[in-house]
Amino acid sequence: MGSVGAKEVPVLLSADGRRIDGRRLDELRPIRIQAGALHQADGSAFVEWGANKVMAAVYGPREVHPRHLQQNNKAVIQCRYNMAAFSVDERKRPGLDRRSQEISKVIGEAFESVVFAEEFPRTSIDVYIEVLQANAGTRCAGVVAASVALADAGIPMVDLLPSVAVGKIGGAIALDLKKEEDNFGEADLPMALVPQSGRLVLLQMEGHMTEAELAQALDLGVKGCRSIHETMKQALRDRYAVAPLAGGSA
Amino acid sequence: MSGEVSAEIRTSHILDLAADGKRLDGRGPDEYRKITVEPGFVVTADGSALVRIGDTAVLAGIKLEPGKPFADTPNAGVLTTNAELIPLSNPTFEPGPPQPGAIEVSRVVDRAIRAAETIDLTRLCVTPGEKSWVCYTDIHVLDHSGNLIDAALLAAVSALAHATMPAKRFGIAEADYPLEVQHVPIECTFVRLGDSIVVDPTFDEERAAQGRITIATDETGRVVAMQKGLIGAFSPDDVKDVVRRAFVHGDRLRGLATGGAR
Repeated sequence: MGSVGAKEVPVLLSADGRRIDGRRLDELRPIRIQAGALHQADGSAFVEWGANKVMAAVYGPREVHPRHLQQNNKAVIQCRYNMAAFSVDERKRPGLDRRSQEISKVIGEAFESVVFAEEFPRTSIDVYIEVLQANAGTRCAGVVAASVALADAGIPMVDLLPSVAVGKIGGAIALDLKKEEDNFGEADLPMALVPQSGRLVLLQMEGHMTEAELAQALDLGVKGCRSIHETMKQALRDRYAVAPLAGGSA
Repeated sequence: MSGEVSAEIRTSHILDLAADGKRLDGRGPDEYRKITVEPGFVVTADGSALVRIGDTAVLAGIKLEPGKPFADTPNAGVLTTNAELIPLSNPTFEPGPPQPGAIEVSRVVDRAIRAAETIDLTRLCVTPGEKSWVCYTDIHVLDHSGNLIDAALLAAVSALAHATMPAKRFGIAEADYPLEVQHVPIECTFVRLGDSIVVDPTFDEERAAQGRITIATDETGRVVAMQKGLIGAFSPDDVKDVVRRAFVHGDRLRGLATGGAR
């Protein structure tokens, strides 16, 4: 966000409403989702979203480690969002920093809001998100990947959790910021939507927006999430679709 | 847990098969699983490679930054290798500080890179005693289905062979230039299953193994590093045998690591 430095602020929005990569304000970056990308995990997904590359894996329901976190009436959902050292321009020291821990917490709570955790008392559902290449919106890409991974693992949920960030660039509300827009933009608002209920289970915001802009941003984000929801469902169909038998041959 | 019971059954099955010179996935004792190398997988890294050996997937990323040389080697750059066995990659890994297994992978890979003089460290020196490049190799294990060491080194040397010095970004030179790799070490890992010694163990074979041995060779015919691991023993003749086999595999794997590199 708003990095202060000698660097010149690039023009983020052209006169005809195009962004630096040619997108319109309400356009998403290309998203590709592969459900079931790993072999050891119970469920997994790989998401390429713009220049983001994010892998997610789900293990469980399984025994709770450490034991004292165990809950007698439901499963605990333990989420770990981590960035690879080489995923950003300046090498990041390996391990969880405070930012990663906060993101892990809010993502974990988002999933606790949709998973039928009471079906699996005294167990843990472990959600691991690894950012391999980062270009703004990694937590949203992480939620999308983890949500598909949870479905791939067969964990019962109210719904999938599409997620996207809305921001403000050159005074306009824009969907799905990329790195330069995030660095030099005026606001960033990541969210995750439960499509069935239309409610948000992840919501953060940083920057400056008026009340009217915020309302517009929420509406735009929900629209973006609904589009991503379709891509997520298609990824799961692609993984589990069974080809019809042709001409009766087995 | 039933997982442990089935692991026991699988272990005895693997050993029974090995007695007949067979393996669970149908490979011969001296056969690797399918290997693919994808250099340049991560654009935020100065060099990277995604390596798959069968169901094992390892991603290595290189970051080059200006730093200070060590006091005892003022004319040399600094090389750092770090492996993360993240809990995403295997059900047995837990979050937290690096486990001995991760440290062993880091160190065995680092040793091969260093001993083979993969990088001429004097060429990473910018101003003697004051400024030199620090070359970070970070290894991210994504899918641990056995034989991490071979996959990790293959990913690391492939990433190094395809790396670019970000000299322009740090104002050290007018333009970026390729990182020069002078030797290419390759590690081959074998495990003992009864009387048989097989290459490229799967996760289940590692669990059944009665000893593991890794041989690192380079393209000049040198053995540059070795590591015996797990519980078990090898005779000197066993070692001579696996060294011979490691040279044969090394030549092929080296081609995969440097394929397409300058």
